[in-house]
Amino acid sequence: MSKIDLNTFNSLKESTGADFISELVDAFLDDAPTLIAQMRSALASQNAEVFRRAAHSMKSNAATFGAMDLSALARELESLARDNNLEIGNRLDAIESEFQQVKGELETLKI
Amino acid sequence: MVSTSPERARLLVIDDNKVNRMVLSRSLEQQGHLVDTADDGEEGLEKIRTQSFDLVLLDIEMPKMDGFQVLEACLNDVNLRQIPIIMTSAMEEVDAVVKCVELGAEDYLTKPVNPIMLRARVNASLEKKRLRDEQRKLFRTFATKEVAEELLRTGFSLGGKHVTASVMFADIRSFTSIAESQDPSDTIDLLNDYFGMMFDCINENKGSINQMIGDGVMALFGAPMYFEEHREYAVRAGLQMLEQLKVFNAQQAAQNKTQIHIGIGIASGQMIAGYTGTQTRAIYTCIGDTVNLASRIESHTKVVLRPLLIDNYTRLGLTSDYNLEDFGPAMFKGKQQAINIFAVNR
Repeated sequence: MSKIDLNTFNSLKESTGADFISELVDAFLDDAPTLIAQMRSALASQNAEVFRRAAHSMKSNAATFGAMDLSALARELESLARDNNLEIGNRLDAIESEFQQVKGELETLKI
Repeated sequence: MVSTSPERARLLVIDDNKVNRMVLSRSLEQQGHLVDTADDGEEGLEKIRTQSFDLVLLDIEMPKMDGFQVLEACLNDVNLRQIPIIMTSAMEEVDAVVKCVELGAEDYLTKPVNPIMLRARVNASLEKKRLRDEQRKLFRTFATKEVAEELLRTGFSLGGKHVTASVMFADIRSFTSIAESQDPSDTIDLLNDYFGMMFDCINENKGSINQMIGDGVMALFGAPMYFEEHREYAVRAGLQMLEQLKVFNAQQAAQNKTQIHIGIGIASGQMIAGYTGTQTRAIYTCIGDTVNLASRIESHTKVVLRPLLIDNYTRLGLTSDYNLEDFGPAMFKGKQQAINIFAVNR
């Protein structure tokens, strides 16, 4: 099953210009691992605010490209962190693996 | 899909998220606008202050200085207040968005931004700004900055109300003979010099020009926008006018040109004020006893040979010390009771 909502992705492509989508996807794919790393280190240092901000950006960016499941996972994390709750179980690993699948699809779609 | 918008506008996108910045600025460029970006609130505010933008798209959640702070800084600055700001936020931040709109943000967009929504909101905001700018320009040609802002804020409607204000009438003495004794173009030049000076004095003292009839001027203080010290300001304006004229006459005398002498009458109290006319052509008018009285007092300057006369109610509102001369009660046409008249001397 596709990890990317094609309606969202195509609408993004149309509004920003077909020649721009590749650059845009690259910006996201470059940025996302940094965000995940920020979440990991914020978790280690128990910094809920830094964690929340990183989750917030991940949620927003994933939704922009139509990666709805990834966005929902990030949103859940953002919400927990907002309540100062960093008991997140294995959700960060779930985000990591979801992102890998999203990345694979976006790399095909951007061409 | 490149489509041109009605007008090419200069927009600023403030967002700490790179992907959001890219999507927004690129989409807006595709819609025909010129777009600049800022990575955080501080940089954004600096750009708003130093450059000129038609519209700002502002993210709420940002490190250092957030969207609220940027919005508030802009709204508190009289030079930036007229720039429309559209807040951009995540769906869940609805409380924050409501707060921003209440504060004075023009509109909002939720992220990820729907391109059709983006176009509609940006164009609507730009159109509203264009209309407001036009109105502002128009209002300023016949009203003070304060009155113009008030009209923009409260809107315009025909219909009157009771207001308390001060009315001033000013007339040039024997202008007809001046006009007859010199070239018509010299007369108009003289009149324009005169009006320029008088309007400055009136506007600087929070007054607004209500009517010009020939060489006469009617000005209002405390209407359409009320302020408590309307009587004090009206008198200050009157004295300033006389002072200006003295300087002007000295210059005229040195060049062997015509000098101007005027009479000023000020009365204060209740009157009926409102816009009269039609939706397409209307003027702000004040009518009532107080207005008539001010006009009669102005004529009375010829009787007592003092250039600035006020009624007793105006005198009671003065907060500074003036050199007042009591002329006692005088009867005026249309008034049942005698009115106490005072000259304000320099």
